[in-house]
Amino acid sequence: MTSQGSTSWTEPVLDIRDLSVAYRTSGGDVRAAEHISLTLHSGEVIGLAGESGSGKSTLAYGACRLLRPPAVITGGSVRYSGRRTDQPVEIMQLQAAELQHLRWREVAIVFQSAMNALNPVLTVRDQLIDAMRAHLPLSKDAALAKAAELLDLVSIPRARLRSYPHELSGGMRQRVMIAMALAADPEIVIMDEPTTALDVVVQRDILAQIMELRQRLGLSILFITHDISLLLELADRIAVMYAGQLVEVGSAHQIQHEPAHPYTKGLLSSFPSLHGARRDLAGIPGSPPDLRNPPPGCSFLPRCGYGTDACREIDMRLAPVSSSADRTHVTACPFVLPGTPAPGHRPGTVPAAVLAADAEPASEEEVGS
Amino acid sequence: MTDQIESAAAERGPLAMEAAGLTKDFRLGRGQVLHAVRDVSLSLYRGGVVALVGESGSGKSTVARLLAGQERLTSGTISLDGEPVSLPTRKAFRHYKSSVQMVFQDPFASLNPVHTVRYHLERPVRLHQGRTSAAQVRTEIGSLLAQVRLTPPDNFTGKYPHELSGGQRQRVAFARALAARPQVLLADEPVSMLDVSIRLEMLSLLDDLRKRLRLALLYITHDIASARYFADEIIVMYAGQVMERGPAEELTQHPAHPYTQLLVASAPDPDRFGSSLREGVGSGAREGAAAPAAASGCPFSARCPLAEDRCRAENPALQRVTQSRAAACWRLDVAAPDVLAGQQGGGDVTD
Repeated sequence: MTSQGSTSWTEPVLDIRDLSVAYRTSGGDVRAAEHISLTLHSGEVIGLAGESGSGKSTLAYGACRLLRPPAVITGGSVRYSGRRTDQPVEIMQLQAAELQHLRWREVAIVFQSAMNALNPVLTVRDQLIDAMRAHLPLSKDAALAKAAELLDLVSIPRARLRSYPHELSGGMRQRVMIAMALAADPEIVIMDEPTTALDVVVQRDILAQIMELRQRLGLSILFITHDISLLLELADRIAVMYAGQLVEVGSAHQIQHEPAHPYTKGLLSSFPSLHGARRDLAGIPGSPPDLRNPPPGCSFLPRCGYGTDACREIDMRLAPVSSSADRTHVTACPFVLPGTPAPGHRPGTVPAAVLAADAEPASEEEVGS
Repeated sequence: MTDQIESAAAERGPLAMEAAGLTKDFRLGRGQVLHAVRDVSLSLYRGGVVALVGESGSGKSTVARLLAGQERLTSGTISLDGEPVSLPTRKAFRHYKSSVQMVFQDPFASLNPVHTVRYHLERPVRLHQGRTSAAQVRTEIGSLLAQVRLTPPDNFTGKYPHELSGGQRQRVAFARALAARPQVLLADEPVSMLDVSIRLEMLSLLDDLRKRLRLALLYITHDIASARYFADEIIVMYAGQVMERGPAEELTQHPAHPYTQLLVASAPDPDRFGSSLREGVGSGAREGAAAPAAASGCPFSARCPLAEDRCRAENPALQRVTQSRAAACWRLDVAAPDVLAGQQGGGDVTD
């Protein structure tokens, strides 16, 4: 299984190093992504998991420099190298025209709720042709032929070229958006919650389609979602984000069976399983911190059942899980290991007083006990 | 026939609400009619949870609106505490509303952004409980907030919705529903807008309220996995009709109806590691999987792998399969021979 030989990935296509993004607000900087390092290899599917506001979209858009003020990239580098580039390109130093060239042709994005992004008064054909001709030197006829091929690629009958978006189901619209992203034969596709608005049956079809395309076209995919159970099934590696920081990166197998970070452990015990024996569900009490004023040390501490005083001192750098032979399985928690027994009070059974600390992070005395 | 089915929620407590043959048509103009809900029957018991599961457009929310008295029935009956419900007067309607409360999916939209938490709770307390003294109302609001674990209450009464997290807003929405001291709570996708890590806590809060206040709970969701953990009985809807109903664990582990089987097979399953999904096969071939409901015969026949001529011509009625299970399908003998034989693996059902 490819996912387990994560050390065998060879060529990085997108190498994010120490990237930080902040939103400038009157109340201070919101540090939406802090010192993120993540490498996407050729042909790999990385799943980026996290709750809303954890910074997963900010990270992806920041890496492509798609963010507008008040978002500011405060540091870091992102190097891209693909089939069509001779040497790695530093995205952070590109001029506007070069960026324009890179986007969509090298890195394409399927946006969140993309199915509503289609123009309601244009047919599928016109939208595909418009988009292609804006980026590629194609004649109208060539663009039309390409549009038809693209629909083939995502299993939509060619007759649908003449349809308007409202005549298509949600799943079909999402397929059209995926087709559009693939028009320029990109190296990397970033998918931001591509199936969140869809019903579960349609979702499964779209996901199977995406995985088939990945196989056929050799795409590298950064798949963003809040639903870690999806990622366990389809990603090669999973990066878990919390409060603007990566807290754990490992193969899907490692994340599922040997989760190291307490937040990952919490996420995994938060969703009910449909198949197999019923599991004990725990959930994660409390809510994420205010990123304008993050707590010192570990940002997960107020919600962590394992927390100790030492947690207020740590910087959340990723380091290899000390009990794992695989150095690519990294965690931001130096204390908890995959085998660490669950803390004395399970998060789900924390007294009501701590649960009530939804707004203000719980005081450390309660957590440290 | 359906009324002989023993609901798995019945053992929790006495019958609170019963709906029989609920039907709702919407006229679309030009003589077109949308059958949003067709002949749906269900019973809610004090302290029990019934889950209504279906995709968007299956009619599950319309059922809730019918039960809440927000939509007029095209046909069918609803009874509360054994009394048939008719709401001819404002007073009767208000009494009914006190007993049957609803919580919605979107806590961002269901609270008024210009009013404080106190305002949201004060009105239902005065309206439904007839408390007039300011001190009484204040005490009542405090205890409502404590019930939904927003403590200390004084920290929250003065806050506006934008100052609260999504989970806290939904708690306020729960508190507002509880202010009327209902016996029946209709919860329409109460956690699907919330983050995964918070969902579980909200469900356990609902579960706790159900137990302590002996609420009869209707839990409407598209997430059949959460229904497995949270509900006593699951009712699966498709295109306005009940496809299958039965005890939650049995139904999810041994689905009888082809539609339930599709739902269960489509849910993400981390344990299917190295599944067909990862290998990138199996798409496209299921072009019919997203087909719209069939206009005649069984609504699922357009998507059903087992559909035959009879399915396309005649709409099957819900028929009893075991004491507590029923399914509407002509081809159950092929779809679920094990369930029909009554040997749906009692050993697998863990609790």
